[in-house]
Amino acid sequence: MSERIAITGLGIISAIGDNVHQNLASLRAKRSGIGQIKYLETIHKGILPIAEVKHSDDELLILLGVSENTGYTRTALLGMIAAKEAFADSGAKKGDGIRTAMISATTVGGMGSTEKFYLDYINPEKTGDFVKYIDSHDCGDSAEKIADNLGIKDFITSINTACSSSANALMLGARLIKHGIVDRVVAGGVDGLTKFTINGFNTLMILDKEYCKPFDKNRTGLTLGEGSGFVVLESLEVAQKAGKKIYCELSGYANTCDAYHQTASSPEGTGAFLSMSSALALSGLEIEDIDYVNVHGTATQINDLSEGNAMIKFFGNKVPKFSSTKGYTGHTLAAAGGIEAVFSALTIYNNTIFPNLNFKDKMDEFDLIPVTDLIENAGVKNVLSNSFGFGGNNTSLIFSKV
Amino acid sequence: MKAFIRGIGQISPQQTFAGDFLENVTAYNTNMLFCIDPVYKEFIHPLQLRRMSRTLRMGVTAAKICLLDAAIEMPDAVITGTGFGCVEDTEKFLLAMLNNNEQQLTPTAFMQSTHNTISGQVAIMLKCKEYNSTYVNRGFSFETALLDSLMLIAEDNAHKVLVGGFDENSFNLHTTTDRLGHWKKEKTNSLQLLESKTPGTISGEGATFFMLTDKEDENNYALLKGLSTLYKPENENEVEQHVNDFLKRNNLSASDIDLVVYGLNGDARTDEVYYHLRDKLFNENAGAYFKHLCGDYYTSSAFALWFSANAIKRQVVPQSVRLGKAPSGALKNILIVNHYRDINYSFMLVSQC
Amino acid sequence: MDALIAKLKTQIIEQLNLEGVSPEDISPDDSLFGEGLGLDSIDALELIVLLEKNYGLKIENPAEGKKIFYTIRSIAEYITANGKA
Repeated sequence: MSERIAITGLGIISAIGDNVHQNLASLRAKRSGIGQIKYLETIHKGILPIAEVKHSDDELLILLGVSENTGYTRTALLGMIAAKEAFADSGAKKGDGIRTAMISATTVGGMGSTEKFYLDYINPEKTGDFVKYIDSHDCGDSAEKIADNLGIKDFITSINTACSSSANALMLGARLIKHGIVDRVVAGGVDGLTKFTINGFNTLMILDKEYCKPFDKNRTGLTLGEGSGFVVLESLEVAQKAGKKIYCELSGYANTCDAYHQTASSPEGTGAFLSMSSALALSGLEIEDIDYVNVHGTATQINDLSEGNAMIKFFGNKVPKFSSTKGYTGHTLAAAGGIEAVFSALTIYNNTIFPNLNFKDKMDEFDLIPVTDLIENAGVKNVLSNSFGFGGNNTSLIFSKV
Repeated sequence: MKAFIRGIGQISPQQTFAGDFLENVTAYNTNMLFCIDPVYKEFIHPLQLRRMSRTLRMGVTAAKICLLDAAIEMPDAVITGTGFGCVEDTEKFLLAMLNNNEQQLTPTAFMQSTHNTISGQVAIMLKCKEYNSTYVNRGFSFETALLDSLMLIAEDNAHKVLVGGFDENSFNLHTTTDRLGHWKKEKTNSLQLLESKTPGTISGEGATFFMLTDKEDENNYALLKGLSTLYKPENENEVEQHVNDFLKRNNLSASDIDLVVYGLNGDARTDEVYYHLRDKLFNENAGAYFKHLCGDYYTSSAFALWFSANAIKRQVVPQSVRLGKAPSGALKNILIVNHYRDINYSFMLVSQC
Repeated sequence: MDALIAKLKTQIIEQLNLEGVSPEDISPDDSLFGEGLGLDSIDALELIVLLEKNYGLKIENPAEGKKIFYTIRSIAEYITANGKA
């Protein structure tokens, strides 16, 4: 059980790029992916900004190299693209005989297709091409399509703990390896943007009409995004022996629950404090060892207050450098933990801290100021990444330089 | 990895919440099964109840019954598995959005449409700040929840885990999935499901929670001794091989199994694999089936585990579930074999404590 | 005003699905949130939609709602002052 877990592959598609290389370039250039709605059909077009992946579904099919859409939803396509990149990046080959798990996470699954055709679905008189999407509605569809595409058979599952989902996918992946159930895990998450999500968050009145401003005094809500982030996890010892490229180690993780409210975090950040403390305990690091925090930082009133308070409670008056990357990618819901795991690995591998966009004034409640400019040669050895979700789910991951 | 089953709560299309063990079973003639409701007000405060959709009521109540049954107030983790999640809330928000052109929508159905609503609500109800997760992968949803529970216990990170599987049926869901040929075209008496020999099955639902623990106790139902999954096997021989390996890993042979619980659902296209296993491996063993009682749904294996734990504790296999040979002698080991649409296969081993 | 208060009571009971509560159970001056009827922040969002749907009143900032939704009477006064009820 004391086995250490390495990250040996990264894959991502988001509003700031179709792969790791493009995402890294945008992060360095402070280039946000947020803009006016282009691809999603909704009455909020022109009013609410979102962070879309800059491709139509047909273009995503081409990007993936699939000739015909036999029922691929936007969620499945985004997941397949990111997972494929991570799989290849780790040097994995289809059918190479290594026991492999696919753990994906999604909140909406195939809702993007369902909402287009639902009134036809429920009317038995209607027939047409739309029938091919019916079986793609549930959350397991994308994980199975990704697994089939990569030839993964040994273990497959999907997680939905709302916005902490894919952080939990990494955590489960590490545990599966430690228990000897599999030897390699492709873990992450994906969510395509849907009308369902944008309208849902709109009823909660937590969407910013401008670009989201994490940890800013005048923040008025989050900006929704879409995308997918996957990593490949393997035993550190095995990866080192094989001479593989190792981005970093997943040294700590913890999942706790705020048990406060269905959609809101507790103002004092009880669950967030617990998840950070437990992740640190597992990593065996000291609190001073954490050099940087990739915060959840959604830019809602309550999240940033709650998370800030939890960080102060946890770190005392020595809160390390921190930033939210949601100003680049928007809040990608189930994909956020996976995307931010990729960013955290890049932070360590490139020794670079990516800034928090759109920050101007610090909040009244505390003196926390995020990193607002790119820091190179940042001396980052250990990164803490937070992901929190509806239902009070809090997950913290710690990534360490090997 | 293994754990004792200390307590169970189940709401299903049978009278399973009140302690009855399938002595009086309810027959359905609709191809679409819904749960028999307990009086929810006895379990949930009216102020909370007013917002809760059917599946939330079912899930939270099943969890409460389980906690009472186990005489445990606070678990160390809450884990659920569900294929479709909160269907009624999802449909409600979706239809309102489509019918009102995205205007004048309210938040309640949306915020409760997420699949982890029940695990979150149970945690809020108990003020349980510990590990909390929800798995949503079709016929592996409940299985992963169980595996996660077993791992937490093996890691010494939890000693009592509240783990549940739930899925909710709806008219629209049935209509929609009917287009994929999931359900029988002819009206079928649920109790004669296996006699139909036609394509399709009947849809169902249920909410089942278990309290798993590593502590021995005279009130434990049974031991969950092994769990395994298999994804898209090539053919029946691969399934047979998998079962053989699974038994071997648990130091058992086919003759040690006192009862095999098959996930037979009357679908002439996909039941063959169960009969193959019976002929090749379990010809001499007593058999049982259960989907004629609860219908088919992603997390129906939770119903099978409820059944098996009760059968071991009570040492009874009710007439209503027997398939072929009647069991003789003590029930020490029960093997559950289940698959969802020939894609997600799962195997569980339930033994006497 | 009394007619509006009576109408609001029925609408609120329906919108918030207050099972087992009848209009007579709510006094127009009972506080709706916290100790009184026990409503919460999600109910406040539901009430915002109720005002928009039935009275054509749009509240952009949820914080504004807190003052308006203090009691049934304060809601009625807000509608009378701003709406076309």
